[in-house]
Amino acid sequence: MESNNIFNFLKDFFNFLPPSLSWLNYIISGFILTFAVANVLLITTALFTYMERRVLARFQSRLGPNRVGPFGILQPFADILKLITKEDIRPTAADRFIFFLAPIVLVVPVFLLLAVIPFGKNMYIVNLNIGALFIVAVTTIAALAIFLGGWGSGNRFALLGASRAVAMLISYEVPMILALVGVVMLSGSMSLVDIVEAQRLPFILLQPIGFFVFFLAATAEMNRPPFDLLEAESELVAGFHTEYSGTKFALLYLAEFAEAVVFAGIFATLFFRGWQNPFVPQDWFQFFPSIIWFFLKMIFFLFIFIWIRATLPRLRIDQVMSFAWKVLFPLSLINLILTALLVTIWPEPSTIELWLMVIINLAVGLLCLVLFTRFLEHNRIKPTQSVFLATKQGGQ
Amino acid sequence: MPYGIGILKGMMVTMANFLRKPSTVQYPETRLKQHPRFRGEDFVWYEERCTGCASCAKYCPLGIIKIVTSGSGSQISEGEKYKLETFDIELARCMFCGLCVEACPYDALHLGSGFERARERKSDLVIPLEELRSSPKRPSTWFRPQLEKKNHNPFEGQTITWSDVARPAIQDPDYEDMGKRWVDDR
Repeated sequence: MESNNIFNFLKDFFNFLPPSLSWLNYIISGFILTFAVANVLLITTALFTYMERRVLARFQSRLGPNRVGPFGILQPFADILKLITKEDIRPTAADRFIFFLAPIVLVVPVFLLLAVIPFGKNMYIVNLNIGALFIVAVTTIAALAIFLGGWGSGNRFALLGASRAVAMLISYEVPMILALVGVVMLSGSMSLVDIVEAQRLPFILLQPIGFFVFFLAATAEMNRPPFDLLEAESELVAGFHTEYSGTKFALLYLAEFAEAVVFAGIFATLFFRGWQNPFVPQDWFQFFPSIIWFFLKMIFFLFIFIWIRATLPRLRIDQVMSFAWKVLFPLSLINLILTALLVTIWPEPSTIELWLMVIINLAVGLLCLVLFTRFLEHNRIKPTQSVFLATKQGGQ
Repeated sequence: MPYGIGILKGMMVTMANFLRKPSTVQYPETRLKQHPRFRGEDFVWYEERCTGCASCAKYCPLGIIKIVTSGSGSQISEGEKYKLETFDIELARCMFCGLCVEACPYDALHLGSGFERARERKSDLVIPLEELRSSPKRPSTWFRPQLEKKNHNPFEGQTITWSDVARPAIQDPDYEDMGKRWVDDR
């Protein structure tokens, strides 16, 4: 904690307190830091909902909200105001306590995730030495919260959506963790602060397969399209949040979008060098504020999320599950073995060896692409074939 | 073909749409130009041309035009007409078929070119006589080829007076020529 800039600044600021009250100093500075970061996340989330609506509108050749405030930037605040003033409806069939609990359980882990992300040079809330594990552990709570909401609503659509969500989230947890292990092995630390500093080359080059797996698994984790089948509006009314309205709905909505924002930050941290410059050597561009790099990378990833949402249609539940277990899981194992081999061969890689690792990784990635294509093509029943089978069975 | 090429192609399609200029137009500030033959939500009526014959009311399939006239004296001489007391068009039930415009023998009633006559109460959707008198004279050229010949375009702010909307006088037909053409066409 000694290199944490903001925390030390705050502690110095409250130095006028007598030495006997040093614990109060610690608590006040910690509270102010956490409060500020949580509010920055809230504002970023609000602006992300605005960005999502505007960018998605442009993808669909529309303009999007542009009436409230300059360029419509106050639209999310108008939305929140509207949602807060709505009536809070609770169905009689709902389990009162669980129905009330679900939005809170969904929102809290998203904010907890923020604790371990370094958002600037020496800027973080806590340098946890098991940061990567913490991320995995805390994101899993979302599955519980979604099931609480679906069960507590006393609605069959909500329960269906929630059970889908649990099946999907737990399946995608596995490749996500295994992809994360590759990053941890390369950097030799679980602390996200150390992971950022260990990236002499951004890990997207050293871990292309790992990034692919982690990106898709995390997209499923945060229930964004094309994996948003737990709230598939064409099948289940709105999935687990069918019965929610007013402030509770606002909380669920907030959790969904805040998770996207936080995960964009995690991608930037794990694979794109976090607060450092993205591609040139680490000691270049020192004059550029590190927090700006971080936010630029976050916006880049958020844009990619929106781009995917604008393009890809929702998957079926069997496609989602088979993709997790037949494609992402083997890929993450291949990535794990490859990384383990490379780390064993070159424990302290020089620059040339690092680039050699990049080339090997890309080659294996391409090989996997071709192999998995053949595998998927082989497994697919062609339309003519299925018709043939049907007639054959019908004839007998 | 490697897996994922189709996905990348789709992503490129959406990106091409993203980089395109949005086709949405901000309505109150900028307006799309309609065709001059656009059937508007209102009607243009020339009092100078109307004789109060109520052909429009008779031809209206919904019966939403209400005309009340009073005689202008014991005996009508040439050039005189009925005195109009009421001329209500109830837009709430109008389907803008334009049969009233087709029926008008004096080219007094035209379809209008406006599209902003939304009101909060149904009773406000009746066009009274005063509004017909005072509304801007921007007739649509629907069923009015004589206006199209004059290149009249209501969406460029052109108004047109009662003396200019008439169809040209019919010349005596050349029966010999007509018959010849009829035979030739057969």
